[in-house]
Amino acid sequence: MSLLEIENLTVEFETRSGHLFRAVDRVSLAVDEREIVSIVGESGSGKSVAMLAVMGLLPKTARVSADRLTFAGENLLGLSPSARRSLIGKDIAMIFQEPMSSLNPCFTVGFQIGEALATHLGLGRAARRARSIELLEQVGIPSPESRLDAFPHQLSGGMSQRVMIAMAISCSPKLLIADEPSTALDVTIQAQILDLLVRLRDEQDMALVLITHDMGVVAETAERVVVQYAGRQVEQATTIDLFRDPHHPYTAALLAALPERATGRRLPAIGGMVPGQWDRLAGCVFAPRCGFALPICSTEPPRRAGPELGRALCHTPLVAGRPVALDRSLDGVPA
Amino acid sequence: MLAFIVRRISLTVPTLIALCFLTFMAIRLVPGDPIEVRRGERGISPERLEFFRHELGLDQPVWKQFLDYVWSLMHGDFGISIISQDSVLHEFLTLFPATVELSLFATLFAVLLGVPAGILAAVKRGSVWDHGIMGVALFGYSMPVFWWGLLLVLFCSVQLDLTPVSGRIDLLFYFEPVTGFMTIDSLLSGQDGAFSSAISHLILPAIVLGTIPLAAIARMTRSSMLEVLEEDYVRTARAKGLPPWRVIGLHALRNALIPVVTTIGLQGGTMLAGAVLTETIFAWPGIGKWLIEAIFRRDYPALQGGVLLISTLLVIVNMSVDILNAAINPRIRHGR
Repeated sequence: MSLLEIENLTVEFETRSGHLFRAVDRVSLAVDEREIVSIVGESGSGKSVAMLAVMGLLPKTARVSADRLTFAGENLLGLSPSARRSLIGKDIAMIFQEPMSSLNPCFTVGFQIGEALATHLGLGRAARRARSIELLEQVGIPSPESRLDAFPHQLSGGMSQRVMIAMAISCSPKLLIADEPSTALDVTIQAQILDLLVRLRDEQDMALVLITHDMGVVAETAERVVVQYAGRQVEQATTIDLFRDPHHPYTAALLAALPERATGRRLPAIGGMVPGQWDRLAGCVFAPRCGFALPICSTEPPRRAGPELGRALCHTPLVAGRPVALDRSLDGVPA
Repeated sequence: MLAFIVRRISLTVPTLIALCFLTFMAIRLVPGDPIEVRRGERGISPERLEFFRHELGLDQPVWKQFLDYVWSLMHGDFGISIISQDSVLHEFLTLFPATVELSLFATLFAVLLGVPAGILAAVKRGSVWDHGIMGVALFGYSMPVFWWGLLLVLFCSVQLDLTPVSGRIDLLFYFEPVTGFMTIDSLLSGQDGAFSSAISHLILPAIVLGTIPLAAIARMTRSSMLEVLEEDYVRTARAKGLPPWRVIGLHALRNALIPVVTTIGLQGGTMLAGAVLTETIFAWPGIGKWLIEAIFRRDYPALQGGVLLISTLLVIVNMSVDILNAAINPRIRHGR
């Protein structure tokens, strides 16, 4: 049994016009203990929404459904709100993209770290202070004692993210969800934060779900990767396999867009943009931007390939960079 | 924090100088002077008119009058009321506690009802609660003070006989003012029923005076809360697994209160403007009534002094609001 099991998670939002917008569409994911799984995709691919659904942090307009959504064997969707609150912040924690705005400007760092300790562990004032100092030390904040009385606006972005991490790991969670933890920071700090997260995974025995749009981050940290596009999961593989032989054209295009892999004078980019709410096709959502698209791609929804092809959601998954027909009835595909 | 307070106080000095100049000039722009108003329809001889004007210094050039006025102000002399021949400062200080008491209770009424109503409307956005509260708030905000006052008197005092119609306390009670606050003095007097009489006289005027600020505070709290509830740090607080009352009542409210406190402070001006009408309706012996009479009689020193003193108080109230905001919001405190 995996630590976190998600099967066919779907999140829909009620729009003002009364329609439903599907932000996450039948996403499945299993995270084992101590594992680092990365979810990759462009903005609007539903990465964050899926994880916010796991945390139960979506607004009331969201409709979450899943065949299975369990954490450590417990059905998250069946829990009462208060039972769920006793789980999040304690066993599942999350950090966010914008560390500067994620800390409350009105309270000191010490107060904000101490809150989770008081709520979940019932620690007294002195114990909270001691534990907070320990936590700040653990995330690499110099002179932690004096930092406890600092307000968030007195911290840099990197420091704020370290404080967020200290808050998240305060109750020794089994799973930490990091939603683009380094995106808002400058490059040298990014690397430090990622190193810190990997180190904490080792020290704390926790699993890590890393949401990112940066394939470089994936290559350096994750053991397994899930690629999402427009709310759908398009490929899932180990990091090594994914980088060696991407099976979905979208994954291949993402990898080709890495500056490190560029060979010509111009950086390769994926043309067009993620389809919006109203322009999703009946067929494959990636078809309009896909270099390998066939007529069938825009009319028929693709089937999912087997695990040997990274469960790619594609009519003609790539093998060694060349499309192969999943379905014999497809014509015109070079073998 | 101390540096902030000192800096904030020094900023009020230019404001006070400008205020002094404006009050002085504005009153002299109104046609007629105290002598003309007092001489009545029969009129007086030009010689006596000249004599009185000279006595009051009104025959001097305006700039000279202003300098004389500032000079005496700097000696703490606000002048003598032309009507009552009493010192302006003394008159003001005698009447002022009544207005303060009324305003304080009105503010209390507005804040205690307005802030929770605003929070409820924001948290239950789009629900019956939200629409109900905002509808009532709009109604209250649009209600003319004198009309609202008369309606309440008609309903509560005349129809239901719940509260007295006017004054600060029943005529049965008499005691020397100690603090000038009827609620405190009545307690100090030790007379049976004096306190409850003072309170029952206070309720209606406080509600009338507090209605507009109540509506403004409720609306401000709602919009400020709605904005804050979308913030990342509120999501962080929820991600910690904190109970909703703590997320809303502590993490969101503390941030949402910053503009609300400013609104409460700004309502100070509305309070005094409203006090003029409210005091007139309920025959409440305060500053509002006094100023209205001073205008009708062109009592220059009383009006100048009264307006200046009230403006000074407003400046102090606004300053306290800034200081209070600095206490709530560390970013203001650290000058960023």
